[in-house]
Amino acid sequence: MFKFSRKQLCIPYGLFLVLFVIAPLLVIIYYALTNGEGQFTLSNFTDFFTDSNTIGTLLYSMFTALVTTAVCLLIAYPVALILANSKLKRKSVLLMLFIMPMWINFTLRITALKEILTAIEGNLAFHPFLNTIIGMTYDFLPFMILPLYTTLEKIDKKLLEASNDLGANNIITFLKVTLPLSIPGIISGVTMVFLPVMTNYVVLDMLYNSTYIMGSLIGSYFNAYDWHNGSMISIVLLVIIFIVTIFTNRLGNGVGESRGASL
Amino acid sequence: MIKKILSASWVFLVLLAIYLPIIILAVYSFTDSTTIGAIRGFSLHNYETLFTTKELLEMIVDTLVLALVVAILAVVLGTSGAIGAFYSKRLPKAFIRNANQIPVVNADVVTGFSICILLIVAFGIDKSTYIPLVIGQVTLCAPFVYLSVVPKLMQMDNNLYEAALDLGATPSKALFKVVIPQIMPGIVSGFMLSITLSLDDYFVTTYTKPATFNTISTYVVNATKGAQTNIKTALWALSTIILAIVISIVLINYFRTNKKVGESR
Repeated sequence: MFKFSRKQLCIPYGLFLVLFVIAPLLVIIYYALTNGEGQFTLSNFTDFFTDSNTIGTLLYSMFTALVTTAVCLLIAYPVALILANSKLKRKSVLLMLFIMPMWINFTLRITALKEILTAIEGNLAFHPFLNTIIGMTYDFLPFMILPLYTTLEKIDKKLLEASNDLGANNIITFLKVTLPLSIPGIISGVTMVFLPVMTNYVVLDMLYNSTYIMGSLIGSYFNAYDWHNGSMISIVLLVIIFIVTIFTNRLGNGVGESRGASL
Repeated sequence: MIKKILSASWVFLVLLAIYLPIIILAVYSFTDSTTIGAIRGFSLHNYETLFTTKELLEMIVDTLVLALVVAILAVVLGTSGAIGAFYSKRLPKAFIRNANQIPVVNADVVTGFSICILLIVAFGIDKSTYIPLVIGQVTLCAPFVYLSVVPKLMQMDNNLYEAALDLGATPSKALFKVVIPQIMPGIVSGFMLSITLSLDDYFVTTYTKPATFNTISTYVVNATKGAQTNIKTALWALSTIILAIVISIVLINYFRTNKKVGESR
């Protein structure tokens, strides 16, 4: 007779993961390595890495992601530090104020930003790089503040007092105690901003119809029904994501989980 | 003292930068203006357009229904997967934990595109059945349900389940009467997360949706490129309504928890 046990509960989800997480990845690997006639080829990749246009997009996306991440970090770190040190009652209100924008649809928030920037600058395409950084920072700043806040909040205040008692001033205490202890938060914030910026092409598309970012290559191949090159770009992105994840997992544990925790 | 003023003004400036665009848009949504600049007279015509244009209403309802369906499916799959994996042997447990991380760290563009390739291109499933769309969004949400349930399972006292069995409950009854209530907070936060992710999703939706179907995200992106100014400004009204809903939920929550803290003292 069929006997129910708790273990069997993982079967539906296990099957779901195999069918809709593992299988799609295998299929795009297959598509990336074949051409329209179904023959094996590496030309999708060699074309990508020899075309100055696509390589330019890759490098530009990485540079954009790097600058956005740095700007977000510089803005968010003081905010998170101030939040973590503020009084309990004020803390919950402030934290709420920083989380709230995440519940407003991001396309509507970008629309608002676009209207304001247009009123200030006129045509947004005149300052493409500046507007890219402003738009991306506006969209992703909360994702940097929250992991930083969570880590800074957990730091034992006694350590800071001990450091002061032992003769360190506030600057030394920050550099030698607070900053090293907050590295897991920095890493988790950096991954949550860097990777999405490289792939989120909607922000730029909405601001000034730019397509000069990695994700939009997938979008344009999708619109042209070019599954093979679209898959190839996906694989390139997957490899980048994989490298970044390995790198950050080594530096700090449980990075991926923070995306969920902070939402 | 100077430090205090400096830190307060930094927080204020950042909050101002975050909220000013949304608030300015909210103010202009009550006028006849079509661009930010000179304010013309007070008017509710944007709200009128929003609530009388069939296309806009349909898109809002569709977005909400989709989010609800996706969140329910994601909660059932993610929760059962978390419970099952938690009591499984090492190998299936490790498989589920690692496979679960893939959509979490992966770019949404790649998740959406790969599901489109598998279901629509390789299997030939018709987009207009909504099957690719729902599966795509569940793939995005269920891993986060899993991640919010697992910590609650770890905190749970396992003896309670054994006790229920010893007292004569069947395993499934023990599951529903003992395990599920204990991990409920995790299930609820997983559900809320799924709703948020589904409402905010653009990429998975674009690659898997039926051609004529739109969610708020896909609709807004198309509308910003379109030339219809009355639709554009009606979306300002939508943004204002969402802002108002979010603020009221936050306020209700704030006063409720404050009351609880007061009572427990």
